[in-house]
Amino acid sequence: MATAVHEPPQIDQHRLPGPGRPGNGGWRNLVPADGNLRVTLDYSPPPSSTAIWVVLFAIAMMFAAFTSALIVRKGSSLDWRTFTLPSILYFNTLLLLASSVTLEVSRRRVATFMGGLKSQVVNPARWLYITLFLGLFFVAGQYVAWSKLRAEGLYLATNPSSSFFYVLTATHALHVLGGLGGLIYVIRKIGRLTLRRSALDATARYWHFMDVLWLYLLCLLWIKL
Amino acid sequence: MHDMSAHAVQHHAPPTSFIRKHIFSLDHKVIGKQYYALALVAALTGMVLSWLMRIHLGWTNAAIPGLQSLSKTGAPGGVITPEYYLQLMTMHGTIMVFFVLTTAPFAAFGNFFLPIQVGAEDMPFPRFNMMSFWVTFTAFIVLMASFFVGDGPTLGGWTQYAPLNAVGSVGGPGQGAGVVLWATSIALFCVGQLLGALNFIPTTLDLRTKGMSLLRLPLSAWAWFITSCMGLTAFAVLMPACILVILDHVAGTSFFVPSNTVINDQLQPHSGGSTLLWQHLFWFFGHPEVYIAIVPGIGIVSHILITNMRRPMLSHRVLIYSMGALAVLSYMVYGHHMFVSGMNPISSLAFSFPTLIITIPSTIIVLIQVFSLYGSKLRINSASLFALGFISMFVSGGVSGFFLAQPSIDIMLHATYFVVGHFHMVMGVAAMFGIFAATYFWFPKMTGRMMNETLGKIHFWLSFVGAYCIFMPFHYLGMAGNVRRYSSFPDDFLQPLIPVHRFITVAALVTGAAQLIFLYNLIHSRFWGKPAPDNPWEATSLEWSTATPPPFDNFGGKHPVVYHDPYQYGVESSVGDYVMQVSPEQVKTEQEEK
Amino acid sequence: MAKFFAITIIVIAILSAIPILRHTWVAPEDISTHGALIDEQMSETMAEAGISFLAAQFVLAFFIWKFSNPGPDAKIKRFPGGAKGLVIAALLVVGVEVIALGIFGVKAWANVYLTAPSADAMPIQVQAGQFAFYFRYPGPDRKFGPIHPELISEGSQNFYGLDPDHDPDSKDDIVTAEMAIPVNKEIHLLMHSKDVGHSFYVRELRVQQDFVPGLDVSLHFTATKIGRYEIVCTQLCGLGHYNMKAYLNVLSQQDFEDWLKKEAAMQ
Repeated sequence: MATAVHEPPQIDQHRLPGPGRPGNGGWRNLVPADGNLRVTLDYSPPPSSTAIWVVLFAIAMMFAAFTSALIVRKGSSLDWRTFTLPSILYFNTLLLLASSVTLEVSRRRVATFMGGLKSQVVNPARWLYITLFLGLFFVAGQYVAWSKLRAEGLYLATNPSSSFFYVLTATHALHVLGGLGGLIYVIRKIGRLTLRRSALDATARYWHFMDVLWLYLLCLLWIKL
Repeated sequence: MHDMSAHAVQHHAPPTSFIRKHIFSLDHKVIGKQYYALALVAALTGMVLSWLMRIHLGWTNAAIPGLQSLSKTGAPGGVITPEYYLQLMTMHGTIMVFFVLTTAPFAAFGNFFLPIQVGAEDMPFPRFNMMSFWVTFTAFIVLMASFFVGDGPTLGGWTQYAPLNAVGSVGGPGQGAGVVLWATSIALFCVGQLLGALNFIPTTLDLRTKGMSLLRLPLSAWAWFITSCMGLTAFAVLMPACILVILDHVAGTSFFVPSNTVINDQLQPHSGGSTLLWQHLFWFFGHPEVYIAIVPGIGIVSHILITNMRRPMLSHRVLIYSMGALAVLSYMVYGHHMFVSGMNPISSLAFSFPTLIITIPSTIIVLIQVFSLYGSKLRINSASLFALGFISMFVSGGVSGFFLAQPSIDIMLHATYFVVGHFHMVMGVAAMFGIFAATYFWFPKMTGRMMNETLGKIHFWLSFVGAYCIFMPFHYLGMAGNVRRYSSFPDDFLQPLIPVHRFITVAALVTGAAQLIFLYNLIHSRFWGKPAPDNPWEATSLEWSTATPPPFDNFGGKHPVVYHDPYQYGVESSVGDYVMQVSPEQVKTEQEEK
Repeated sequence: MAKFFAITIIVIAILSAIPILRHTWVAPEDISTHGALIDEQMSETMAEAGISFLAAQFVLAFFIWKFSNPGPDAKIKRFPGGAKGLVIAALLVVGVEVIALGIFGVKAWANVYLTAPSADAMPIQVQAGQFAFYFRYPGPDRKFGPIHPELISEGSQNFYGLDPDHDPDSKDDIVTAEMAIPVNKEIHLLMHSKDVGHSFYVRELRVQQDFVPGLDVSLHFTATKIGRYEIVCTQLCGLGHYNMKAYLNVLSQQDFEDWLKKEAAMQ
């Protein structure tokens, strides 16, 4: 381990917070005396940004496990019966996609609002509420899809294909509910004017991932079921 | 001057109520100690279970006084039935692997020391951290509850192979509610560990203090970081597997039970499931899990050895890369548990090569640790004895891996005591030695008191010799064909081996009793040990630069500034024989190769 | 104490090696045609593992002896070559060693698992169930009758669920509780499980193979020595796992035919 002569880390004058920029964008204000930037200067995102990637990775692994279970189960015997996906699923997909759009709209409005330009944004949480309700309607729509299947006689244990349908969509819906919880948390924080940018970004990233995940599951179910 | 880490942790004021201070605490140090206490209770439980197992194996008809009150059907008159033996064995394995070997080296010490070693006030999400402990604790309670339901805990081994794990109570005692409780407990455990990874990874990447670059992190911090990455991937796969097993039990699905299953002359209502699916999902988790158990030990033992050798390892970076290589390779080798399982024999060959190759980073780690001893100024104390013992045990356990990595040899050794000897050496002994070393080393910092050195050394000697007496003979038993998971040995070819089993049992009971010395030392020192100075080992990393025990926010309101690499021992131009990471003393060293 | 520790390590290492060197507990005599390569693989691995084990423990002990409790004027020294030499040694010595073991081991594995049974191998079915093995011979018609799981009944000794009244192929099938095979004749073992996972392990024959519920697995081997050997279950299958075994009798061709006739008469 090479250690050169050490002086105390100095402040990098170029990276102080500037006017109009909240914080310093996350850069550490360090430059070692010998100029070796790699030693101490690194970009450090807010922990919630790293954390949300951790969460999304874990969720992705979980659905990867379910996917391989589906593929193996389908291949392991001859009792797999395909069925047509209830058409409301496609409508639900549109709801979820729309909610991602409304979430992006709300992000910009909230950023403007929290950045100090409060007068320009009357109701900063309005588009968040819209996103929230679109998400709730999605979950309700999933419930309608399950009812449709039950009416056709397809329950959890009826057939491996229906088993996977319920398991995948229910697990996804549970995670969407978790995302709704995150949205409620953000709305509350806006109300108290204590929302952190990183919290909003993390929640948005999670929500968009639920979208992408749903599109993946829909394709998987459509191809395999 | 803007310091990200100053605002990264959501500030919480020091707790005042008893509940907030000691029970539902947000402080990572308290959470670390809670995990340690959980691991301690689990270890004692697992150890007692192993005593019961060993007594039964040596003396099958022995009546163990009092056991009938725990289970009337399992141990009538105190004599363990075959099914109860398997139930005890399953609980022993499950408790030890999950609630001791994942909890103590990683969750307990990692929670306490990772934030301090990176120079942060706390983990970034203290509420999730608290939740992670209580979820893990609940998982333990759920698992222990299976002792007290209907026909007892599941008997399918900690590996819970399908379809025995999914056919329900027709498969045997404990296979109904016992399995559901097992799977629920493990699913909860996975959630707890994922919440832990949620804290460990951002702590290492984002909360490092001024001057703490990634390469300036101590090896223990790197080990915890790498382990949390492994846990993230592994536990996220085990949880869905447990969910599917629970559904097979309670919802009538057939993920794991195939058609035409006939038990007790009854055709079972399942159809079409895949038994190998469970093995793939389980071992995809299972192999990284054993590296989760050992990698923290590698990092901690290296950290402790460096302090007691008064010199850094021959290469800091190579050790980090090797631990990383172990983590990455651990995902490619899991099929070596399934060589004769009926999976495609070409897959078996495919899995055997990464398994053989994983010996390379393991060897590099051992070589660097051993050859750093050369020319060092080795200090002998309880912590360093256990650290050196770790190396010896890791070597012993590792070389038996040479055999098991080859499918052709596995034909003879699969499911024999050879495998049991292998994993007990690396996990049951080496990883445990890592925990002991960490305890003796960090106890002063955690509690403000020193442990008793004499008792520590007695504990070491009895454990070191005892562990070899117990587990080295397992390898011979395996080579002689002793099949594992047998509650007794009626076969003719096994009769000559029973005296060996009796020897092992006696060794196990004596070594187990030695652990009570450790327990006594732990408890006695906690209250009446000699008060500890801030830096009793003259060590360099950040945890030794703060008060003993550390204050609520770890550094007393000041953020430490790091000027040095973590292991500045024996630096010629320095004033003393060590330079702390936070010391502004300027030292000049030769440009050593990385 | 350090010196005592070093001695202890060396003593333990030597004591551990003694049973290996004295062949105290070894696998029984090999009676198979494919086992020689497996045994050779085992000996080579034992030599390499044994040397690695002893070398590592001795070096550890030596360094503990030499470098502990140093005098006041001891200086820190670096092992010549440093980490680079050690990494290269690990890669070259251990790397080559393990790759070689892997490559040479492929043949031993392939002989058992990647070769097809010859056309005139004798087919025998084995069914594993909680907690016994039952064997089935196809009889003179050389065909196995279909299995009807719903007819399986231990009580009435219909272990395979056969229906000879409706399936002509089942009429001459011979179901036995012991397995007998003629010596020096290749056997094609067709394995299936009635319920949960089991495994088929005959040490002398150098075979071990799990039964996979839901799958038909097969194995082929040739026994070269007459005798009575044990088949034990090695996959945890429930409370009777420790007791689940059957006997394999390797007989001369004549004895085998006599035995088969006797068993057929008892169906």
